[in-house]
Amino acid sequence: METILSLNNLTKRFGRITAVDNLSFSIEKGNVYGILGPNGSGKSTTLGMVLNVVNKTSGDFQWFDGNMSTHEALKKVGAIIEHPNFYPYMTAEQNLKLVCKIKGTKKSKVAEKLEIVGLLDRKDSKFKTFSLGMKQRLAIASALLNDPEILILDEPTNGLDPQGIHQIREIIRKIAAGGTTILLASHLLDEVEKVCSHVVIIRKGEKLYSGPVDQIINSFGFFELKATDMTKLEELLRTHPKIGNITEKEGTLTAILDEPMEAEEINRFLFEKGLSLSYLNKRKESLEEQFLQLTNQTAQN
Amino acid sequence: MLRLLEIEYNKLRYSRSARILIITYFILITFIALIASIEFKIGEFEFRVADQGIFNFPYIWHFNSYIAAILKLFLAIVIVSMMSNEYSNRTIKQNLIDGLSKKEFVLSKFLTVLAFSGISTLFLFVVTLILGLSFSDYNELSIVFSDLEYLLAYFIKLTGFFAFCMFLGILVKRSAFALGFLVVWVIIENIIYGILNFRIFKGTDIAGKIMQFFPLESMSNLIVEPFSRLNAVQAAANQIGGELNKDYGIHWYQLIIVSIWILIFVYFSFILLKKRDL
Repeated sequence: METILSLNNLTKRFGRITAVDNLSFSIEKGNVYGILGPNGSGKSTTLGMVLNVVNKTSGDFQWFDGNMSTHEALKKVGAIIEHPNFYPYMTAEQNLKLVCKIKGTKKSKVAEKLEIVGLLDRKDSKFKTFSLGMKQRLAIASALLNDPEILILDEPTNGLDPQGIHQIREIIRKIAAGGTTILLASHLLDEVEKVCSHVVIIRKGEKLYSGPVDQIINSFGFFELKATDMTKLEELLRTHPKIGNITEKEGTLTAILDEPMEAEEINRFLFEKGLSLSYLNKRKESLEEQFLQLTNQTAQN
Repeated sequence: MLRLLEIEYNKLRYSRSARILIITYFILITFIALIASIEFKIGEFEFRVADQGIFNFPYIWHFNSYIAAILKLFLAIVIVSMMSNEYSNRTIKQNLIDGLSKKEFVLSKFLTVLAFSGISTLFLFVVTLILGLSFSDYNELSIVFSDLEYLLAYFIKLTGFFAFCMFLGILVKRSAFALGFLVVWVIIENIIYGILNFRIFKGTDIAGKIMQFFPLESMSNLIVEPFSRLNAVQAAANQIGGELNKDYGIHWYQLIIVSIWILIFVYFSFILLKKRDL
């Protein structure tokens, strides 16, 4: 697979604080990546370094095959960081044309990209008259101008109202469906879960995990069960070899699997022992649960 | 190079305040012509500025480049704000992300500085030529085009001053504070001169010799005031027994001092930008 970006022990220190600590991962073409981490975990600093606005302390990174300077490579990248930054006194169209000049692309793309983000009818309005949602959409249009090999978005829905968040997500999904590689930094787990196929999880500047979304923790899922006789249910479950930890919460038992098992199997097992269930559900951990488990594990280690 | 200039041109073109300041600046330069119409009466004595020979070639090159240089403050405001606005709008960050290198960024700003100085010089050349051809007593080509080094000095002086403004804009990041810093710097240079001249090197000319290496002093040294060169003033001085023996020329070492400052300002603008995390 074609590598678009690779980080190699990238480190950034601000004085005594280490914001990014020996971070290594790589971005392959065609996938949608999420960088997950709590606020202040070093996501933006990492992106800042590969985008030429933050100076690295040590380590290195490489764009594409590593044969071009960072600023040349960035002409093939579309990126927005936190706030949409444009010249307030210029109109949407004038701003985008300026970006075309910097990136060295044709101006004919401007209308096309404004159409994608639904701002074509506001192209002659000054940037300062835009709402935050519109500013963010203009930023996406600007990032798309050069038909980038990779689109980097840092907290694209930060501070938007639900409608704005929905619009941005729809746009991202459309772009992803078109086969563009996307790198999305966010602390909103459901956001990443909805659009990303791969994740990089960092905490306090250290990488905890990088890989496909569904393999974050080695897990076979878990059952949620209910029966009239809860004590008997728990006793029976404890005797089953494939079941590990059992916890109770709000009248429901959660049984974590040590080995793969289907719902029919546990249902048959319990029925043969003379217990019928009133509720049975097999689930995989949501990204949020996986994330919390992973961060807790590492905290304990 | 053209691409960088074009980028800057587009940034300035749509800014209303920049447009107004630039237009005002050029209109004010043409207003030098109005000095010609100044006339006043002291008793029986009728005084017309135009008759004093200030529009005579080649003196007019000196006079106009001195007067026009005073107006540089207008463009200085434009340059300081074009630097600091990139910070306050965070557009510098976006420019870099979009694929402009830090070197290109500083270069694009410096090219704009050069363009401002170049256009000003060209403009001044045309205005002065027209003014001189209409009022000068001597119109021989050899006289008309002598002393043109004043225009070179004017160009270097403007470039130096604007490069200083550019550096301050990057250093301070806020236009109001950067302009404030400029004023403070003027005062600092004056205080240093005062201390050197009246305390440490009292009664010698060493103070002046040291001061000529300071940025603003070196720029103002380039073109000496032209007023005491006027016939009327010379005559008046002779009458009261004093003699004005001033050096009005342009000196190569002064041009070099300012040129070195220009290099320093551009280089340190780049270093500042390179070292900073945005």
